[in-house]
Amino acid sequence: MHQVEIATTQETLLDSPEMVLNMGPQHPSTHGVLRVVLRLDGETVIDLDCDIGYLHRGMEKIAENRMYTMIAPYWDRLDYIAAVSNGLVWVETVEQMMGLAVPPRAHYLRTILTEFNRIASHLLWLATHALDIGAITVLLWALREREEILKIFERQFGARLTCHAWRVGGMPNDAYDDFEKDVRQFANNFPKRLDEYETVLSENRIWLSRTVGIGVISAADAIAIGLSGPSLRGSGVPWDVRKSRPYAAYADVDFDVPLGENGDTYDRYLVRLEEMRQSRRIILQALENLPDGPVNAKLPKVVKPPVGDYYHSIEGPKGEIGCYLVSDGTAQPYRVRVRPPSFINLQALKQMCVGHLVADVVAIIGTLDIVLGEIDR
Amino acid sequence: MLLLGPVNVLNDLLLRFFSQETINFFIWPLIQIGLVVTLVALWVAYATYLERKISAFMQARLGPMRVGPWGLLQPIADGLKLLTKEDFIPEKADRWIFFFAPYIAVASAFIVFSVVPFGPDWAVIADVNIGLLLVLAVSSVGVLALILAGWSSNSKYALLGGLRSSAQMVSYEVAMGLSLIGALMFARTLSLSGIVGAQGSDSIWFILYQPAGFMLFLISGIAENNRAPFDLPEAESELVAGFHTEYSGMRWSLFFMAEYAAMVVVSAVAATVYLGGWYFPFVYRLETAGYHNLYVIVSLLVFLVKVSIILYIYFWLRWTLPRFRYDQLMDIGWKWLIPSALINIALSAIAIFLVQALNGYRGMRTIESLDRGLNLTATGKGIMIVIGFAGVFIIAALLARINWRSRDFNLKTQRRNIRLVNLPKGKPAVSVSEV
Repeated sequence: MHQVEIATTQETLLDSPEMVLNMGPQHPSTHGVLRVVLRLDGETVIDLDCDIGYLHRGMEKIAENRMYTMIAPYWDRLDYIAAVSNGLVWVETVEQMMGLAVPPRAHYLRTILTEFNRIASHLLWLATHALDIGAITVLLWALREREEILKIFERQFGARLTCHAWRVGGMPNDAYDDFEKDVRQFANNFPKRLDEYETVLSENRIWLSRTVGIGVISAADAIAIGLSGPSLRGSGVPWDVRKSRPYAAYADVDFDVPLGENGDTYDRYLVRLEEMRQSRRIILQALENLPDGPVNAKLPKVVKPPVGDYYHSIEGPKGEIGCYLVSDGTAQPYRVRVRPPSFINLQALKQMCVGHLVADVVAIIGTLDIVLGEIDR
Repeated sequence: MLLLGPVNVLNDLLLRFFSQETINFFIWPLIQIGLVVTLVALWVAYATYLERKISAFMQARLGPMRVGPWGLLQPIADGLKLLTKEDFIPEKADRWIFFFAPYIAVASAFIVFSVVPFGPDWAVIADVNIGLLLVLAVSSVGVLALILAGWSSNSKYALLGGLRSSAQMVSYEVAMGLSLIGALMFARTLSLSGIVGAQGSDSIWFILYQPAGFMLFLISGIAENNRAPFDLPEAESELVAGFHTEYSGMRWSLFFMAEYAAMVVVSAVAATVYLGGWYFPFVYRLETAGYHNLYVIVSLLVFLVKVSIILYIYFWLRWTLPRFRYDQLMDIGWKWLIPSALINIALSAIAIFLVQALNGYRGMRTIESLDRGLNLTATGKGIMIVIGFAGVFIIAALLARINWRSRDFNLKTQRRNIRLVNLPKGKPAVSVSEV
């Protein structure tokens, strides 16, 4: 464990003694095993440092010793909340390196299911974020909707969380028989439920006072740190990989990107809620235009991308999740590097927290929507 | 009289060992205390059950269902589990303070029950003439337990929890005391039985005279009890478990019991002062028909129902609202509640003055008699109620005027909303059409 160092020469209010508070790795609101060392003046945060690595499993190294097709399930364990999105970035990188032509039906199904995963991930974010700020009931309401999505995943992939959803070249199975019915049923119920959450939170004075003006990060700072996803768009930066470099079937669907104006926690909250609505819109469009045909491309017996390197990224629920792959022409990758959105978003924590109270640290960790599986890899 | 049969037998039995005086002043109170403590403990246990059921109902789930029918035995199972758990004291903790803090918490919460009039006649344990003062004084001892627990645990989370709780309880106690004064001006007594009597003889509940006072009392009561949305001392997501982070087993459950007992106490005081205590229309007819003990028991049940309604508000708020932040909590206490309570006192005084001044003006009769509290005629009550409800709006308007500059006053309108943009599409990473 590395020694956490935080500055110790700073004036405190009324010359009160500072307190170093070790938050985590066992703490209810650090979303896993994040350790945050806070230096407090009373309850005001003067300085903080993050200590990560408690969940390090050596994913990138493991990948160097596996065949290309065998790596996909490992990728589910990066961001286990959004396993479907994570799986997609791996298979698409390999496909593009090999120049494989994936059938359009597979692209459309990938779009639908990753958008479902985005909704599921955002629902879990909403649940835990609300819980961190003290609204306990939202947790169970949001998990109720997430459950419906997980049921669809279970019927489609045979698993709920770490689905191993995709294969290089397409999908393991075509959509199951009642897929369309289930999707439509979810899409019909979902807006009502979202409105329900909004009635509890969006206009709630306590919620507003806990989120407005908390954890503000300007667009310039957000770009400088390298934020991505809703955390970046909450500051008003128009960047969405689905738009700027469309993958899967995103080039064929029409949707809007919500952009925040103030860059605070409340904006990021609104952005994510709106993203869920847009996801529903994408799902319905993709379902409407779902082409017929096979869902799998023809693959060689052994997947061997040509020598070279390639970077591909998609818009995961947490942000831009990318995969940099170096191939030496053998059946195993030479080097794999993941661009983890949570890890990079976490770097903004200090800038957002300093000057706020302990309670806000929790809210800010919640609004960054981090997953430690991805940070530690 | 039927119900008192066994009591008389017991009295005769006791007379063999003690004098009647000892029995009256020592043995009977002891029995009463034992009975009340048992009942209150049971009540507290089932308050936890109710809370779990109500929260389950709000959250689209079932709640406890396994132990007994509909999980009715769950509180007992919980209690047994906690009793048999290891009672762990951390090595670096201040042992004795750590040991005693939970008892202070529980005792201060339970002592208050001694002055709460559960019903008429024998349902009152002690009718102290400064009852309300005693309630406020004793319940403020509870904060000591929290501070001691937070300090002695030798844990930073517990320390922060203890610090928060002391600041919170001290500032909300002021608002709580001030909000009660309005009602006391009508009752003209501090005895809780006297306050119930004043409402009974006037056949009106003070909530009608004092709607603002009731709201203020309830809000500051919730804050005083450290319940959501003011549950900062134990703020689970920030301070793990706040002041009782290091406690386990029975000692933890004592804190838990103290919290629920304190909730019941505040609800009971609110029901006594504002909702007429055990009074309910037409129940008095049982007394006039000669069923004295039945009358007492029905009154007792009425009181329990009133307390439960207020408890329900507690649960309702807890499972609906997010948590305040520490500085916001202080803001609410000092900038909103205390000024509101002061304005409420002024308004109540004006109302009473007005009613007295109007008595006899152009043949108007507002005051019936002044011998027990302030007995008003229907006109007088009407004036009081109108001023009381107008007071809510007056207080709201005045405070809005005072606080409109504060940051949290109107957050929604101060800011720009998010916008939806249809971004231009870039070059696809994957071309679908080429397939």
